[in-house]
Amino acid sequence: MPSLPYNTLESKYLMIDWLLGPWPWWFSGIMIGLTVPMLYWLAGKAFGISTSLQHIGAICTPNIGFDYLSDHDWRADSWNLMLVGGIVIGGLLGAHFLSSEPLPLLPASFYSLPGILRLLVGGIFVGFGARYAGGCTSGHSITGISNLNVPSMIATAFFFVGGMLVTWGLGSWLLPG
Amino acid sequence: MAYYLRVLLVGIYFGIVLIKSDVVRWQRIHDMFLLREPYMYLVIATGIVVAGLSMALIKRANARSVDGVPIVYEPKPYHKGVIIGGAIFGMGWAITGACPGPIYAQIGAGAWPAVFTFVGAMIGLYGYAALRPRLPH
Repeated sequence: MPSLPYNTLESKYLMIDWLLGPWPWWFSGIMIGLTVPMLYWLAGKAFGISTSLQHIGAICTPNIGFDYLSDHDWRADSWNLMLVGGIVIGGLLGAHFLSSEPLPLLPASFYSLPGILRLLVGGIFVGFGARYAGGCTSGHSITGISNLNVPSMIATAFFFVGGMLVTWGLGSWLLPG
Repeated sequence: MAYYLRVLLVGIYFGIVLIKSDVVRWQRIHDMFLLREPYMYLVIATGIVVAGLSMALIKRANARSVDGVPIVYEPKPYHKGVIIGGAIFGMGWAITGACPGPIYAQIGAGAWPAVFTFVGAMIGLYGYAALRPRLPH
């Protein structure tokens, strides 16, 4: 009897073990990069996430009086809400069913009042900055640079300028005590 | 309907990838900005190269989506917000360890303080919507 079936089975389990473990950088990068052509192919849309904030704002407060929200036709971009809804589901699946050794995403010190306040303030910077810059890491850094869009390269450079200013400037203050 | 299902599947794929690639963990972002490890830079660079090669192939083949729509990238324009907003966004990324995609993935993974990152991001959005007429663009 050839020993093929046993070996195939074993290698299949090795593959699953490998996928459930922490991914190496090159595999992570390939999988992230493939999201761009996947979304273009399956939906004809450019990969980007921070516009979802604008859609949610336009849905929740259509009559708030800011043109940025009241003039925004979120229905034309409702696909974007399906995308972020999928990311929430994928986050759940990835963390609870597809990780052999899940790591805590946020340091324990964030589970406190000062920690929550820091996330709130940082979140304001994220939302304001991403919309003012016209995109975030997905729309500018991945989709924009991969299409050789110069403004996206400038935006990404300044993402790192801001991030490094805060990280080196605030030092250990960044971690909530 | 099938269209929205396809987008949902891409979202689920990307959510899983965000978790498995570890780019939504605060410590990774912190170590990236501290230049303590090359991991994030290698992941982002590989992602850009793979997406870039894919786009080059798509353009060369004049590829269309499954619905027959031509695939065309619309360039994001340059304005002062690219610099000012970009730097502000980077600060938020360093503080929270999350850009918009990871906020959703962290919430899905059950890291509940990320809900406050999301609430903050919505406040930031309203701040931008209110100040937009007066901001340099």
